[in-house]
Amino acid sequence: MSNKNKDLIPQVLTVLFIILVIIYFTINAQNNMGNRGISFGFGFLSQESSFDIAFSLIDYDGSYSYARAFLVGLLNTILVSVIGIFFATILGVTVGISRLSQNYLISKAAEWYVEIFRNIPLILQIFFWYFAALRALPLTIDSINFYDISFLNVKGWYVPRFIWTNFSLFFYSIVTAVILIFFLSKYAKKQRDDFGKQIPTLYISLGILLGLPFLTFLLGGVTLTFKIPELTQLSKTIYVYQGGVTIIPELISLALALSMYTATFIAENVRAGILGVNKGQKEAAASIGLTKGQILKLVVMPQALRIIIPPTTNQYLNLTKNSSLAAAIAYPDIVLVFAGTALMQTGRAIEIISITMLTYLSLSLSISLFMNWYNKKMAIKEK
Amino acid sequence: MNLNLLKPNKENLNTFVTTGSTLILVGFFDFFTSTFLDLNFTRFLPGGLSFLTPIILGVIGLHLIRIEFSGNRLLDKINTNFNSSNFNAFLSLLVIFALIKYIPSILNWFIFDADFAGNTKQDCTSGGACWVFVKVWLNRFVYGMYPDAEQWRINTSFFMLFALVGASFFTPANLKKYLLIFLLFIYPTIGFKLISGGDFGLKFIETGAWGGLSLTFIVSAFALILCFPIGMFLALGRRSKLPAIRYSSIGFIELWRGVPLITVLFMSAVMFPMFLPDGTYVDKLIRVLVAITLFEAAYMAEVIRGGLQALPKGQYEAAKSLGMGYWRMHFLIVLPQALKLVIPGIANTFLALVKDTPLIFVVGLLELAGMVNLAKTNPEWLGMAMEGYVFAGLVFWVICYAMSRYSQNLEKKLSTER
Repeated sequence: MSNKNKDLIPQVLTVLFIILVIIYFTINAQNNMGNRGISFGFGFLSQESSFDIAFSLIDYDGSYSYARAFLVGLLNTILVSVIGIFFATILGVTVGISRLSQNYLISKAAEWYVEIFRNIPLILQIFFWYFAALRALPLTIDSINFYDISFLNVKGWYVPRFIWTNFSLFFYSIVTAVILIFFLSKYAKKQRDDFGKQIPTLYISLGILLGLPFLTFLLGGVTLTFKIPELTQLSKTIYVYQGGVTIIPELISLALALSMYTATFIAENVRAGILGVNKGQKEAAASIGLTKGQILKLVVMPQALRIIIPPTTNQYLNLTKNSSLAAAIAYPDIVLVFAGTALMQTGRAIEIISITMLTYLSLSLSISLFMNWYNKKMAIKEK
Repeated sequence: MNLNLLKPNKENLNTFVTTGSTLILVGFFDFFTSTFLDLNFTRFLPGGLSFLTPIILGVIGLHLIRIEFSGNRLLDKINTNFNSSNFNAFLSLLVIFALIKYIPSILNWFIFDADFAGNTKQDCTSGGACWVFVKVWLNRFVYGMYPDAEQWRINTSFFMLFALVGASFFTPANLKKYLLIFLLFIYPTIGFKLISGGDFGLKFIETGAWGGLSLTFIVSAFALILCFPIGMFLALGRRSKLPAIRYSSIGFIELWRGVPLITVLFMSAVMFPMFLPDGTYVDKLIRVLVAITLFEAAYMAEVIRGGLQALPKGQYEAAKSLGMGYWRMHFLIVLPQALKLVIPGIANTFLALVKDTPLIFVVGLLELAGMVNLAKTNPEWLGMAMEGYVFAGLVFWVICYAMSRYSQNLEKKLSTER
C-alpha cells in the first residue's frame, strides 16, 4: 500500500463518519418535527413574542417580535459582562499587586481572598449574593440612603437618571477625541523614533479628552440634568422609588459574583506576569539611569503585559460565558429570555439552541481571533 | 541632641520607640473603646476626624518607630513586614482594625450565637446561624432523594472506590496496571449498577432520585474517566498531519470551548431528544453525563496538546528512528511523557469540572447546591438561605482547596524533578 493511500483511508473514514452522523440526526429531527407538526425555519423570529422581560436596555414589551427579545437578551448579557469585566479588572489588578506586597498582612489578605473565592463554585456565589446577602437588605421604606442621591433596598439600587439634550453631539465629540488621540500618539511615536523628540502625549490627550466634550457643553447646547429617584407612596403600605434608574438585584448579584470570581484568576495572571519579568531587566534599566517611573513604564510593564494579557482575555471570555448562569436567578440574559422563555413558547428547540450557541461561539471566536492577532503583534521580535 | 521628628534615627532610638508605641497604643485603645464599649474619647473632634483618630495616631506612631537597622530584631521585623512606608503602615492598620471589628461578629454568628440543638426552626432562638437546618437536612444534602433504606449502596460503592485507590499505593508495580484497568473500566460499571440497581435483587432507583453531594461525586468521577480518552484522541487529532482529521478535531474542540456549559446542558435537555429516533428515551443523567463529558473533553484536549507541544522534538525523532509506527510511538514514548508534564493541568480541569457540576440543575438534577435551593424553599424552613449556602460553600471549598493544593504540590514536585 502506498504512503498516500495510508494517509487517505483514515481521513475518508472520519469524513464519512461525520457525514453519516449528520444525516442520521437530520432524518430523525425531520421525523420528530413532522410528528409534532412543526417545520424547520426561522420565520418565528418575526412573530409577536407576547411575553414581558423584567429588565431591558431598549424599548420592549410583549408586542415586539422574538428577534427583538433576542436582542434584549443579548444586550443584557453584554451589559453584565462589561460591568463584570470592568470591576474584575480593577479588583484583580489590585489583588494581584497586593499579593506581591512587602506588607505581610496585605499579601496574606490578598492570598486568602484568591483562595476563598476561586475555590467556591460560581453558581453558589451567585446564589449566595442573590438569595442570602441581598435579601437581607432593608425594605423600601427604610432604604439605605447615599447622600439623598441614590437608595439601596431589597428591591434594587435606585440611582439618578441622566437627562441629556443633544446627546449625540456629546457622543460624537468623544469619538472625535479618541480618533485625535490615536493620531497624536502615532505622530508622537514618529517624532520620537525619527528625531528623538519627546512630546508630552499624556497631558495633550487628557486635554483633548476633557476639552472637546466640555466645548460641546459651552457651544453646542448640550445640557445634562439629573433626575433623582423619589420615594412615592402608592397605597397605605406600598412605597416605591420613582424617576431614577433601577438596577435590579439580579444584575447586582450577578455582576458582583462574576467580578469577584473572575478577579481571583486575573489576580493570579497579574502576579505571574510581574514575577515573570526578569530581575536583570530592572537592574539593567536602573543602571542606564532610568527613573523608577520610567523603569515601570518602559521596561517592566511592556514585558509583564505580554504575559498578562493573553490569559486575561481568556478570563474575560470565561466571564462572558459564565454570565449565562444568570438563568439560575432569573436575570433576563440571552439564555433565560431566548433559550428559556422563547423556547418554552415556540417549542423550536433546534433553531433557538443553535442561535444561542452560535451567538456565544461567534463572540468567543472573535475574541480569540483578536487575541491571536495581539499575540503576534506583541511577540518578541528576534533579530 | 539632634531630634528631628520627621526623620527618626538610631541615636534617639528609645525616645522615638517610646513615643511611637505610646501613640499606637492610644490609637488602639481609642479603637477598642469606640468599637466594643461604645465609648468615644475623641467625641469633641468633628465627626469624620474622630472616626479616623485611631488610624491617624497609628500612622504617626508607626512613622516614628520606622528606624532602619535599629539593632532590635523585633523592631526590624515589624518595620520590614508591616511598616516599610507610610502607605504600608496605613494599610496594615486598616487590615488590623477591620479584622478586630468584623472577626468577632462573624465568629459569633458562626459558632457562639449559633444553634445546634433541636429539630425544628423554632429551636433556633439565639440569633446566630441556625445549624439545626443543616443537621436536619444533612441526609438530603448528601444523598438527595435516594431512599434512606438503600443508602448503604452509595456508601458501599464510595467505600470501594477509596479502598481501591488506597490499595493502589501498596500493590507491587507489576500488578498496578491491572488495578488501574479495573479501576477505570470495571469499577465504574459495578458502582453504577450498585447505585442504580434493577438486577441482582437490588431495588431499581431512578436517576431522578439521585442527588446531593454523592451526585456531585458521581458526575465528576464519570465525566473525568470518560473525558480523558476522548480528550487524548482529540489532542492527537489536532496535531495530526492529515487535514481532514486535524480540521474536524479543531472544529469539535473550538465548538465546545466556545459555548457556555449551561447551553450545552440545555441542548442535551431539549435539543438532543429531537435528534434521536422518535420514542427513544435516554435517561436524564446519561444525557447530562454525555454533555459534560464532551464539554470537558475539549478542555482536556487542549491541556494534553500543551504537553505534546512541550515535548522535545528529539523524542519523536528517536522513536521514529527505532522504526516505531504512529500509534506505538505515541503510546509508548510520547504520551507517557506528555501526560506527566500536564498532570497539574489535568488536575485543574478536574477542579473546574467539580465546580461546574451544580449546573446540572438546569435539567432538574439536584446535587448539593440544588438540594440547598430546594430545602430553603420548604415552608417550614424559610429564611435559611444563608446557612444553606454557607454550608454548601464550605463543603465545596474544602474539596476544591484540597485539590488545588494537591495540584500545586505536584506542580512543584514535577518542576524540580526536571
